[in-house]
Amino acid sequence: MLTVEQAAKQLGLTVLNGGDGLGREIQTVYSCDLLSFVMGRAPADSAWVTVMGNVNAMAVALLADVACVVLAENAALDADALLRAEQNDIVVLQSGQPVFDTALAIHSLLS
Amino acid sequence: MANDTIKLELEVPGDDFTRAGEASSTVKGMLKKLGFSPNVVRKVAIAMYEGEINMVIHGGGGQITVEISPESGVSMSLVDHGPGIPNIELAMQEGWSTAPDSVRNLGFGAGMGLPNMKKYSDEMEILSEVGVGTTVNMKVHLA
Repeated sequence: MLTVEQAAKQLGLTVLNGGDGLGREIQTVYSCDLLSFVMGRAPADSAWVTVMGNVNAMAVALLADVACVVLAENAALDADALLRAEQNDIVVLQSGQPVFDTALAIHSLLS
Repeated sequence: MANDTIKLELEVPGDDFTRAGEASSTVKGMLKKLGFSPNVVRKVAIAMYEGEINMVIHGGGGQITVEISPESGVSMSLVDHGPGIPNIELAMQEGWSTAPDSVRNLGFGAGMGLPNMKKYSDEMEILSEVGVGTTVNMKVHLA
């Protein structure tokens, strides 16, 4: 079992928004930036790796019920998005690595 | 047990992407509190959010009516008074989109909205008239 908090600590990810969701279990990893694809295809309880840090990405994370959002490439979480994440207990992490490397690192922790 | 049905009326503002998803989030929260299964909650949330986004992008906003029944499931009726859909069959194809570049830059407009709604609802019908508006009725069953 891998929690969001464990993944953040082991990979040195920055916690942009934490809360109770840090204790949530990550089941798998999903990566995509097109929100309509994410909405229809991201598995529930996945760590979603993306560079989309806007308010719509937070809405998608909430409604698709992912375990956390991981912003790769140090992509920014804008102010509206942070507010939405805080209001809805969406955990948002940040990585300095590219999308693929970030997703692969989380996948390695799960394997 | 018909009086157990809960009816919600929600407004969707047009062209306001910062508020898109509020109606779906409200319904999702209510379904979770009522104890619906995670699968049903997720199906309703995704189907409704895609519809909500379509209303913001294309319909100039509108109204969503949701009926929640512990016995039979969740019915949603999404009504806008936008330009209507000239060719519903074409609009249902994955990848077909008339969204402007400004919307694509936000991560939408991939032509997945209506197909996702079809995928995550158990019943769906589209009633649309050019120049008058569009109504999408969806239902998610309990099982």
